[in-house]
Amino acid sequence: MNSKLGKTWLFAGYVFLYLPIITLIVFSFNDSKMVTLWGGFTFKWYGVIAHDTEVVDGFILSMKIALMTATASVVLGMLAAFAMVRYKSFFGRTTFSAHINAPLVVPEVITGLSLLLFFVMCERLFGMPERGIFTIWAGHTSVGMAYAAVVIQSRLLEMDKSLEEAAMDLGCRPFQVFYLVTLPLIVQSIMAAWLLTFTISLDDVVSTAFLSGPGSTTLPIVILSRARLGLDPTVNAIATITVAVVAVGVLASSLWLSRQERRRVAEQSAAYREGMLVAIEA
Amino acid sequence: MNIAKSIGKNGIVRFLKRDWGKRSVIGIPYFFLIMLFTVPFLVVLKLSVSETDGIHFEDLTSYADGIFNIKIKLSNYIFLGTDPLYVETYWSSIKFAAINTVICLIIGYPFAYFMARSPASMRPALLMLVSLPFWTSYLLRVYAWKGLLDDNGVFNNLLMWMHLIDQPIKMMYTGFSMTIGMVYTYVPFMILPLYSNLVKMDLRLLEAANDLGATPWKAFWLVTVPLSKNGIVAGAMLVFIPSVGEYVIPELLGGPSTLMIGRVLWDEFFSNNDWAMASSVAVTMVGLILIPLAIFNKYQADSGGVRGV
Repeated sequence: MNSKLGKTWLFAGYVFLYLPIITLIVFSFNDSKMVTLWGGFTFKWYGVIAHDTEVVDGFILSMKIALMTATASVVLGMLAAFAMVRYKSFFGRTTFSAHINAPLVVPEVITGLSLLLFFVMCERLFGMPERGIFTIWAGHTSVGMAYAAVVIQSRLLEMDKSLEEAAMDLGCRPFQVFYLVTLPLIVQSIMAAWLLTFTISLDDVVSTAFLSGPGSTTLPIVILSRARLGLDPTVNAIATITVAVVAVGVLASSLWLSRQERRRVAEQSAAYREGMLVAIEA
Repeated sequence: MNIAKSIGKNGIVRFLKRDWGKRSVIGIPYFFLIMLFTVPFLVVLKLSVSETDGIHFEDLTSYADGIFNIKIKLSNYIFLGTDPLYVETYWSSIKFAAINTVICLIIGYPFAYFMARSPASMRPALLMLVSLPFWTSYLLRVYAWKGLLDDNGVFNNLLMWMHLIDQPIKMMYTGFSMTIGMVYTYVPFMILPLYSNLVKMDLRLLEAANDLGATPWKAFWLVTVPLSKNGIVAGAMLVFIPSVGEYVIPELLGGPSTLMIGRVLWDEFFSNNDWAMASSVAVTMVGLILIPLAIFNKYQADSGGVRGV
């Protein structure tokens, strides 16, 4: 296929992907109540949201839940990834893998509703848990651990297993092997999984709506209730801030990851050269 | 004798240690997945056939006077199967999800193809640009289309300013606006698995096809497309399954004519407070996506996953 068509198609595709985000940002600086008519440049909507307790409280709660979710998801997801990659046969492995893959695609209204009804049943039987930060966290973690498992799993699959075997031959205990060899090799995917589950949790609205109780209104729920009513410049201002934070975060983490990668390659080749020298001298 | 004994002992200790490690590595995540995924769904299944009084549920089984009773209420399902509005909602959900999948494939396949055939040095940047919108809020990206498609929105203003139209075109709250929102949200899920499939393809196969006299177009249809079948299936499932139960997009961009089952479930639960009915809707929805779900799971198990964003 010719490259002119290719370039046009790619260009049009990226315009499609980025146009809505750009308009969101542009209209957050619009000095007019009518969100889509340009009325001059202003920062006033940022001032408005800074003093909007609903937005600020929602943001703080969302950050708390996202931190908890990302950490729990990465730990559980890493265990699940190890189980899938390292143990090719165990009782119920097929169901296990279905359990990891299903939450990636099952519509959130289903997971949200079923977890809520489950928690309500628990509350009736045991008097806990109350709906709130804990139930939201549990719901986010059930999806987050599946994402984390998939991300870490793909890294584990391409990892050279002989490195672990070598460490074991040299007398490492299983825990040492994990801590000294495996973990440094998969740390990038763990970081990626942490960031991914963090943003998924920060952004989640459907299952949160089912699982939140009185007094636990996260930022996406605030946004949804405003967006439902129509166009709202404060929503644009929130959007611009999140885009800025994400841009900085993604840039910083990709810089960090590429530096890590370069250092690893440099260390590896240094070790290789040293090994060659030793071999030649011997 | 002594040596044999100590080896045997060591072996047992190692076996025990390894086994406990294995058990906890598998057992801990398994426990959480079952508690947070399977058990809740069984609760939904139970409530969908329970006798209800408001939000209080009766037990399915009871024992009195030496008679063990099991009571399964099917009226919710009978209602779902016969009520014309519900039947239409199911059809409409599947229809919109299918249209979404086809459009995503039409846009996404060439996109992934051209990405995979671009110079190797450019690919990481192109890939990053596709996955970057994932990192920003999906809710906000859907909301953004409201501003673009509204009667007073950017597109209508632009067209009126250029004097191409005098009256705003009605785009918001229609099937059109909802489909645009769905395609926009889900097209990266089509592009990414297709890209990772196409980029691995052995280009010598195309040279061979060319040597054997196939035109580039013919080689594309006879070699490239069949080889990318797995990517197409993975992408189609990643788009189709979640869009059947989509809630946010129909809520923000859809209108009265765009019936979607996810939104109906939401209304049954939050507006009508009918938990049993909402449960039945959820169970039926799972029934709708069960086959696509099985295909997706098989693909994931074969390939070791595609969703490493």
